[in-house]
Amino acid sequence: MNFLARGARGLLLTELISGMALTLRYMFKPAVTVNYPYEKGPLSSRFRGEHALRRYPNGEERCIACKLCEAICPALAITIEAEPREDGSRRTTRYDIDMTKCIYCGYCQEACPVDAIVEGPNFEFAAETREELFYDKEKLLANGDRWEAEIAKSLSLEAPYR
Amino acid sequence: MAEFWWGYAWPTLFIVGKILCVLVPLLLAIAYYTYFERKVLAASQLRKGPNVVGPFGLLQPIADAVKMLFKETIVPSSANRVIFIAAPLVTVTLALVAWAVIPFDKGLVISNINVGILYLFAISSLGVYGIVMAGWASNSRYAFLGALRSAAQMVSYEVSIGFVLVTVLLCAGSLNLTDIVEAQNRWWLGFIPGWFVIPLLPMFVVFFISTLAETNRTPFDLPEDEATLVAGFNVEYSSMTWLLFFMGEYGNMILMSAMTSILFLGGWLSPIPLEPFTWIPGPIWLLAKVLFVMFCFLWVRATFPRFRYDQLMRLGWKVFLPLSLFWLVLTAGVLTAMGWVPGPVH
Repeated sequence: MNFLARGARGLLLTELISGMALTLRYMFKPAVTVNYPYEKGPLSSRFRGEHALRRYPNGEERCIACKLCEAICPALAITIEAEPREDGSRRTTRYDIDMTKCIYCGYCQEACPVDAIVEGPNFEFAAETREELFYDKEKLLANGDRWEAEIAKSLSLEAPYR
Repeated sequence: MAEFWWGYAWPTLFIVGKILCVLVPLLLAIAYYTYFERKVLAASQLRKGPNVVGPFGLLQPIADAVKMLFKETIVPSSANRVIFIAAPLVTVTLALVAWAVIPFDKGLVISNINVGILYLFAISSLGVYGIVMAGWASNSRYAFLGALRSAAQMVSYEVSIGFVLVTVLLCAGSLNLTDIVEAQNRWWLGFIPGWFVIPLLPMFVVFFISTLAETNRTPFDLPEDEATLVAGFNVEYSSMTWLLFFMGEYGNMILMSAMTSILFLGGWLSPIPLEPFTWIPGPIWLLAKVLFVMFCFLWVRATFPRFRYDQLMRLGWKVFLPLSLFWLVLTAGVLTAMGWVPGPVH
């Protein structure tokens, strides 16, 4: 009897038809697509995107050339050179990140004692040439100026957990 | 001179014109079938599908075609160049020539031959040669395995398609496609259309599933099974040659949809014998039916996973062959016993 019932179900394709009914029902549901370049999904305050070098509110750059980020970088993407400035403070003369090497692990921002190097919320920095992804200090500081509001917001949200 | 113009030139130009009238919309239909497919698959997966190129993404097929044309045709160094290039040409040509006998309305057909269905069957059987040639000429293992699978699969399912066709022929009493549609032009109880899909429903299902296998579509797309064969028989193809294979596949799908509509869904006949519906011209009804079957192809693709190869062979030889043979004998028996065997139509 069981054999007959199974045979009848197989011949009448009931399971196939119920499967097709399911896909048909789904065709009339609204799409869940986020229409990317025009709509964007939410980003966590812990999102690790493009790097930025921040400044103090008075315009002084935060980085004190301690080179902790260079030391911890597992991809060896950061290169720093430093010497004392005329006023005697220690500052970098060169701060390069090779964005093609970077693995976006976030260790540099964890290591930084003054919150100078951070990974901001920007992830749309694709370039057409490799050279454009070799960031220098100027580019990183410009990023810091551009994304300061978002970065400060993320840092303040994350402050209780650090 | 008049003899030349009226005897040869004008008829030839007229035929070429008729062919263009079918081919140009057909090529556009092939292009937009890919768009239709992407939209249907997207809808069933809660996505939007192409929506960037042009309004609602309607120019996407054009963009795809231009991209393919500008790519480089790569011929592998170990390939047999002539057969390698000829294979996609064979595939696409066979997909297009079959349209010579498809009637769009009564009398609206390029070539109204009396062995139309035999011609269609012959052409669709030849389709396997393009794939086998591609697999052989590529000199690549994946392509070769894909071609082997394709050949075995198409031969297996052609057997049951053949039996289904014979059943339809028994009911219609003609091999002429126009006559087959005309044989469905009657009404049971005055309102149920006399299409062959109703008395021959099991054969319709067998035919539809076999056409899926015949056109190498999911769930029978083993010749291009990306999980085991990378891309199957067309793995070495690129650019225009690949585009031709693609056009051949989609052209075959549209052809099979048209064939299903003509054999089982009453071709250009209106489904309701009432005034406003009978005013709609036949080609529109045919188009609606073809679009429905084309949608079914995509619907099946959106729903089912791929068959395993041994399951495919088992279904073809152990299920469809006995089933279609049984229904063929049953149909013939019923027709003879009830005295319903159709006489010569003319």
